[in-house]
Amino acid sequence: MDAVLDNLGLFADGLAGTLTLFAWSAVGSTVLGTLLAVMRVAPSSAVRAFATTYVLGVRNTPLTVVFAFVVFGGPILGLAVGGDVELQYRVFAVIALTLYTSCFVCEALRGGIATVPVGQAEAARSLGLTFGQSLRHVVLPQAGRTVVPPLGSVLIAMAKNTSIAAAFGNRELISAMRTGIENRGDAVVAVLVATAIAYLLVTLGLSLVFSLVERKVAIAR
Amino acid sequence: MTSAPDRVEGDRDPLVVLSHVQKHFGELHVLKDVDLVVGRGEVLVVIGPSGSGKSTLCRTINRLEGIDEGRITIDGEDLPAEGKALARLRADVGMVFQSFNLFAHMTVLQNVTLGPTRVRGASRADAERRAMELLERVGVGPQARKYPAQLSGGQQQRVAIARALAMDPKIMLFDEPTSALDPEMINEVLDVMTDLASSGMTMVVVTHEMGFARRAADRVVFMADGEIVEQADPETFFTAPSSRRAQDFLSKLLTH
Repeated sequence: MDAVLDNLGLFADGLAGTLTLFAWSAVGSTVLGTLLAVMRVAPSSAVRAFATTYVLGVRNTPLTVVFAFVVFGGPILGLAVGGDVELQYRVFAVIALTLYTSCFVCEALRGGIATVPVGQAEAARSLGLTFGQSLRHVVLPQAGRTVVPPLGSVLIAMAKNTSIAAAFGNRELISAMRTGIENRGDAVVAVLVATAIAYLLVTLGLSLVFSLVERKVAIAR
Repeated sequence: MTSAPDRVEGDRDPLVVLSHVQKHFGELHVLKDVDLVVGRGEVLVVIGPSGSGKSTLCRTINRLEGIDEGRITIDGEDLPAEGKALARLRADVGMVFQSFNLFAHMTVLQNVTLGPTRVRGASRADAERRAMELLERVGVGPQARKYPAQLSGGQQQRVAIARALAMDPKIMLFDEPTSALDPEMINEVLDVMTDLASSGMTMVVVTHEMGFARRAADRVVFMADGEIVEQADPETFFTAPSSRRAQDFLSKLLTH
């Protein structure tokens, strides 16, 4: 127990790192995922094909490989923040998590869009609403309700996926755990349990937020 | 082809013109070289057996179904392929569906004001005032603040008619508007449609309601197997159909 208490600052620092990675990636993958979902139901077949190919490719690539592509390929493409190395790795991690998670956000949204009867979009288009207006005012608000639970699962999975960033130069909970084990090799189990509890705080917090959102959109009906 | 020559009643000028329209669903040839002219102010009723292509015909006029070949013009303008131009044209073509398709997450009033505010740029106050007039006209004014699921089928369909009318369309398309309704609700919808017909609205109505066709139609178009087999004024069509196919169809209906 004292192994954890002695390293409390270390874990707090790690938790802050994990939460930072999560927050930026959640925003990024929600935006990119929504864009991809819209593209996958777009009238243009070229746009649909592009989004489908992207999702198919990235979703079926292990996240570690996506990270490797961004971290090693990023500098070649000129994706350099310059100066601050720690910031550089954090940006790379957020990009990798966003590219990967947006595919799952897209599929969750597309599942929601599929539950909206096709007649709703036909009625919207018949009124003269454009494709974008039909989605915004008619289809997405109705898809939103069914999308909350799967979207919650996707973001909870992403919270845990931030752990991969430890292998690519980020300070977060896993790197804190490693340091903790190095400091106190005699109390490995306590350090592991503390790490698991820290992740639980994040994921259970998210579950709580999503169940509140779910109740809110249910009342809005 | 076998279709009767195009005819427009009296001195009406053509509003919708379909020429040599072809449409396939995979192997199925659903519209076979269809020619049709709808005159301004005309009420056209399309009847025929299930699978004859009459719903598809109705849906091609606002391009909910694209066509493989041929040409469709509305008010002299070719139907645009996609995008903003098509949306603008659809705003002038009202559509009423078999399954109502009211927006489930919006109140009745919001259903009717969505198009005018988002497409026509009307102010909320103007759109609501006009919506209430239309809802009163179709007899569902007291339901304005309710959600579609709280209304009967007949009420929902009347709201759908008000929603389409709120755009001040040049033409109204009705795709089997009473086929999903309980018998006692059919008349309340047909009454609204009859009023609309006598107000001079151009209408294309796909229906199985022969009483409505007799009462309100200027012209009846009979379709079978993707072709327009016969067209005539209702009196002629119902008393002396010229084609075997139509005689057959009517004899089956009238024996019930």
